[in-house]
Amino acid sequence: MLVSIVMTLVAASTPLLLAALGELVAEKAGVLNLGVEGMMLCGAVAGFSVAFSTGSTGAGVVAAAGAGIAAAMIFAVLALSLMANQVATGLALTIFGIGASSLVGAGFVGRTVERLGPVFPAALSQHPLLRIVFGHDILVYLSLALVAGVSFVLSRTRAGLILRAVGENDASAHAIGYPVVAIRYGAVAFGGALAGLAGACFSLALTPMWADRLTAGRGWIALALVVFSAWKPGRLLIGAYLFGAVMTLELQAKAAGVAWLAPEVLAMTPYLATIAVLTMMSLGRRTGRLDAPACLGKPFSAS
Amino acid sequence: MLALSPMIAIGATMLLGMIVFTAMGYDGFHAVESIFLTPFLEPQRWADIGVKAAPLVMIALGLAIGFRANVWNIGAEGQYVMGAVAGTGVALLTYDMSGWWILPAMALAGILGGMAWAAIPALLRVKLQVSEILTSLMLTYVAVQLLYFLVRGPWKDPDGFNFPQTRMFTADQTLPTVIEGTLVHLGIPVALIIAAIAWLTMEKTTAGYAVKVVGLAPAAARHGGFSAARTTWATMLLGGGLAGLAGLFEAAGPFGQLTPQFPVGYGFTAIIVAFLGRLSPPGIVFGGIVLAGSYVGGEIAQSTVRLPQAATGMFQALLLFMLLATDVLVTWRIAWKRRAA
Repeated sequence: MLVSIVMTLVAASTPLLLAALGELVAEKAGVLNLGVEGMMLCGAVAGFSVAFSTGSTGAGVVAAAGAGIAAAMIFAVLALSLMANQVATGLALTIFGIGASSLVGAGFVGRTVERLGPVFPAALSQHPLLRIVFGHDILVYLSLALVAGVSFVLSRTRAGLILRAVGENDASAHAIGYPVVAIRYGAVAFGGALAGLAGACFSLALTPMWADRLTAGRGWIALALVVFSAWKPGRLLIGAYLFGAVMTLELQAKAAGVAWLAPEVLAMTPYLATIAVLTMMSLGRRTGRLDAPACLGKPFSAS
Repeated sequence: MLALSPMIAIGATMLLGMIVFTAMGYDGFHAVESIFLTPFLEPQRWADIGVKAAPLVMIALGLAIGFRANVWNIGAEGQYVMGAVAGTGVALLTYDMSGWWILPAMALAGILGGMAWAAIPALLRVKLQVSEILTSLMLTYVAVQLLYFLVRGPWKDPDGFNFPQTRMFTADQTLPTVIEGTLVHLGIPVALIIAAIAWLTMEKTTAGYAVKVVGLAPAAARHGGFSAARTTWATMLLGGGLAGLAGLFEAAGPFGQLTPQFPVGYGFTAIIVAFLGRLSPPGIVFGGIVLAGSYVGGEIAQSTVRLPQAATGMFQALLLFMLLATDVLVTWRIAWKRRAA
């Protein structure tokens, strides 16, 4: 029982962690991409359709990351090269992702693919406790490795310093000679790849069956998690797993058929929890958006 | 140039849509024709366009005024649902009654319901600087679940064969039609009147001026004594109230009851309408008609070229991308200059 709860928790947290980590990197570079939900849906549908037609779930995962990057590039061209309003462009990307995934997925509704399986041989995860360590799919381990990697790169390396400089003071970074727009393109692409993988979690790992809008607003929760984390990867890990726990509770309560609580009320909890968390963050820090990168959401032109 | 760029965007969307849908194996040319031209060329479709344009215009008007002040209320869908829920509450309470006052009472409840839902992100934004983008959007999911809960539970029609829906509204609770024998209901002229009032307010009053200044130059607005907090409150409540009224009009008009199919995405499409209309009321009326046409055309394309319904959403998203891209033409002048060697 406990083991299955932990397994569900990890599975539910992973897409949030992946999507939020990608967005964190983009925001560190000063780009506010509200299109996370849309990029996730593009990744989910690309992953599913490739896995369905090739029979290879692994190929699906790669395709999901690729679709996430492709979607992110639409945003990048509009917001970074054409200097369109980032809020509006991000919304456009989400509306696009909903439409595109619904259109491409129309023929797949109800179809199934082979689930993304555990990485390690089954022998290792026979014992329940070992299963908690060795029983997950590749995306779980990848997400944890990426948290460590992003954390290290941002705080300890020259590349991370440059990325942060671009997000904190784009004009100075440009004056020193760093290609601000190119670095932002890279950060947005990274965010897209991770959002795409987060989408693959939904269509290939959690429920390997296509359903319309299967991400159900999790991309927006990922955006809120970045605020919660105060732009620190370590705190993002905690936040994502806390939200995974909320969702696991929701699922457990639903499965147990808690009679006095309507299923609709349970379905509201992740969203209400997000609002509560955002509110508490602001209560704890009266100064407001102090931790956000200074140039977040501002367009930059070199001329 | 300002009025031209939406036209360029529409043209580019038609071209791009043709290419994309041909590549996907559909008859791209006829798909575009069905979605962008047929609805406007066949007079029997005009009533349908009007019915779909009315809520889009009403919601977009409220959102656009907020966007101008840099207040990003993107939870209009939730406010629309809550307006319908509040109005339906009144309808169920007055089920056994009759009188001219019932429909106005429902409309008032609709406005208040939408406002209440918008007040939450407004309060959090003004008092605690919580992003209204995230909170208003989260509340949309909450509103939709609340609607599901009500129609499956306490508000379920006792004579409805266990279908998850409320009673049908009575004659006193439904919007009167203004053109006999069509679907054209009172909501359509009301939407146009609201657009006219919004236009006068934005162009001719200090309040409208304050909204624009707060959005364009927050520092200057503070000097001028225009309060950003007050603008946030005013624009959020206005947007919520209009979305709520639009929701009530849908419930008391085309739907005639509440069902789980009620959230149809007008709150999100209205964002595109607002941008297509360049955030100005006359433009929004135009934008509402174009997007309403795309819904009607999407249905035509389903039967003519077997295009799935989801294609409408794709077209709408492409249109928003093209709009944002052509905005560059408005903000920046393209100059060809030789690079220094």
